[in-house]
Amino acid sequence: MYRYNQTDQRLVDERVIQFRDQMTRFLDGRLGEDEFRPLRLQNGLYIQRHAPMLRVAIPYGTLSSPQLRALADIARRYDRGYGHFTTRSNLQYNWIRLEDTPEILAELARVQMHAIQTSGNCIRNITTDAFAGVAADEILDPRPYCEIVRQWSIQAPEFLFLPRKFKIAISGGEEDRAAVRFHDIGARAKVAEDGRIGFEIFVGGGLGRTPMVGQLLRDFLPREDLLTYFEAILRVYNRYGRRDNKYKARIKILVKDLGLAGFLKEVEDEWAWTRGGPATLSGDRFQEMEAFFSPPGGALPACAEGTFRKALEDSRPFSRWVARNVVAHRQPGRTIVTLSLKKTGMPPGDATADQMEGVAALAERYSSGEIRVSHEQNLVLPQVCEEDLPALWEAARALGLATPNIGLLSDLVCCPGGDFCSLANARSIPVAEAIQRRFEDLDYQFDLGPLELNMSGCVNACGHHHIGHIGILGVDKNNEEWYQVTIGGREGNRAALGKVIGPSFAAGQIPEVIGRLLEVYVASRREEEIFIDTVERIGLAPFKARVYGEAAWA
Amino acid sequence: MGMIICRGQLVEDLWQWPPAEPPSAADPLAGGRVLLTLSQWLQHRDRARGAGCGVWLAPEEDPAMLLPDLPELSLIAIHFPVFTDGRGYSQARLLRERHGYGGELRAVGDVLQDQLPLMLRCGFDAFCLRTDQSLAEALRRIAGEP
Ligand code: SF4
Repeated sequence: MYRYNQTDQRLVDERVIQFRDQMTRFLDGRLGEDEFRPLRLQNGLYIQRHAPMLRVAIPYGTLSSPQLRALADIARRYDRGYGHFTTRSNLQYNWIRLEDTPEILAELARVQMHAIQTSGNCIRNITTDAFAGVAADEILDPRPYCEIVRQWSIQAPEFLFLPRKFKIAISGGEEDRAAVRFHDIGARAKVAEDGRIGFEIFVGGGLGRTPMVGQLLRDFLPREDLLTYFEAILRVYNRYGRRDNKYKARIKILVKDLGLAGFLKEVEDEWAWTRGGPATLSGDRFQEMEAFFSPPGGALPACAEGTFRKALEDSRPFSRWVARNVVAHRQPGRTIVTLSLKKTGMPPGDATADQMEGVAALAERYSSGEIRVSHEQNLVLPQVCEEDLPALWEAARALGLATPNIGLLSDLVCCPGGDFCSLANARSIPVAEAIQRRFEDLDYQFDLGPLELNMSGCVNACGHHHIGHIGILGVDKNNEEWYQVTIGGREGNRAALGKVIGPSFAAGQIPEVIGRLLEVYVASRREEEIFIDTVERIGLAPFKARVYGEAAWA
Repeated sequence: MGMIICRGQLVEDLWQWPPAEPPSAADPLAGGRVLLTLSQWLQHRDRARGAGCGVWLAPEEDPAMLLPDLPELSLIAIHFPVFTDGRGYSQARLLRERHGYGGELRAVGDVLQDQLPLMLRCGFDAFCLRTDQSLAEALRRIAGEP
């Protein structure tokens, strides 16, 4: 993992002092609400429905055990004993007190964390694949690049007042698990024919009010040019992005207005000035950064022999959990374990302080002290020996984190919605729970196979409903909560946006709607065909017919 | 005369800006220290250069328009209509780092103490703060106190 140097530490420490002063001036009236707003947002502080909300950055989703313990401690001392992991792999505290935030930021700085870049119209926390550095299909480990971009972006004073927020994702696998085509800039690792390392660059993707799949801006960008090129894109956006209408201010609108070719020309003209200049990255810089992320000696220690195979045969619950929650690691004998934050009855993505501390201890014991936050709102232990799985499973069960549902229907992604968020049109958590209850039968879920269900409480799409195989969006109709359903969305290499199946539903109807969609799938699927592939093959019509075709709606 | 902060010092603002009327032929911009809008500057370039005028840039204006004039300009003021409009930061960096402008680069308009460190890092060296801002606190920000 990356460790702060003096410069990094000074930056976060000074930020705490600065924010303490700003908070004091705000509380005693010397700093107006309008002036304070962008400053508090630059430090992750929102004013929400019930209380202020603090969003803590978890850069590219990576945490150490001491960091996770500190998050648990803050949850216990300053919040109501829990936190919410978001789809952008950050952590939100929903019940803090405004005047406590400088102190919380100071606590975070002590473990090399902060809440900078988690909101406001700046370059947001960089995201990547939760399996970065351990996935078997990896072209390169994206984390050193994420860290380079993080350091650059946190220090870039030019880009703190952009037209709108700006999200960057970097992925290193053959399969894109970072949704790079749904970010303002998405970079996907690529090795050129001559062996040079670089990235494919996508631009203008995003969900929200005007969902768009990012377009390919550059087929190959050598890694040395990562920062000069990003800076060129950001500068073009900062200068020419719309500022008159916040709904048209994202870079995707600029790309649309100029056309991809026109936008590309602006970027390349700008880049011509800086290409090869002082911000060009050197081989040393990559090596220095890579050293932080590779295990000492290049490989993890070999794992001991044990009883793993036997346990698989002996216990069906265990083998089920392994089937869903454990995947191959690049190093034989090691595995990647996902701890589910989707147990029915707990809001998706929520973790209690006890759970966080439990996971921190498990990571220390079984996973080199490292934890990842996935954009599906689960926690990942990235380096677990196969032989430790039985013990880990028992411990995770005791913590309520071993639901064997990763990638299945009940592993649904869901934003905080109307229970917390002041922008919401509708609640999402109770609907998520109703779905989980209705389809609680694990045999049924296993039979259905991989299925991604995503729900957002409003068009801001924090629950990424557009890219769910099934998407649910809260809408407001005459001050009532309604839910619009889409199908056919997907992330990854075959990224697509879901299509609306028809008029929206009341909350109580949603489980039944899902049930009917699944019936059509089960009746139409070919062998081994997953839900989304069936939707792609047979189209929307049969699903619509089943959902709307009967008078049976009460 | 208002006070501004220039290169870390509190000084009197000796510039007159922007003139309400475009300068007429009868007024040879004598005395200098008149700040012109970009379009006024472009229109009266020859006279304005001789008279030592400065230029006031709006956020949407391209600093490259001033390329031929930069060696002779002693003041460029970049206007922030609201402090959340960040275009001025790019204009400043372009002027300093790309075009090598060495004269005074002043932030004017909705300039608040909390943004001063960012402005400094983008190449501004002078600040005409919004009138409600405390100059004493602004000086501390500029001195690098967090
Ligand atoms: S999608 Fe809407 S309701 Fe949900 S968290 Fe985002 S802004 Fe709030």
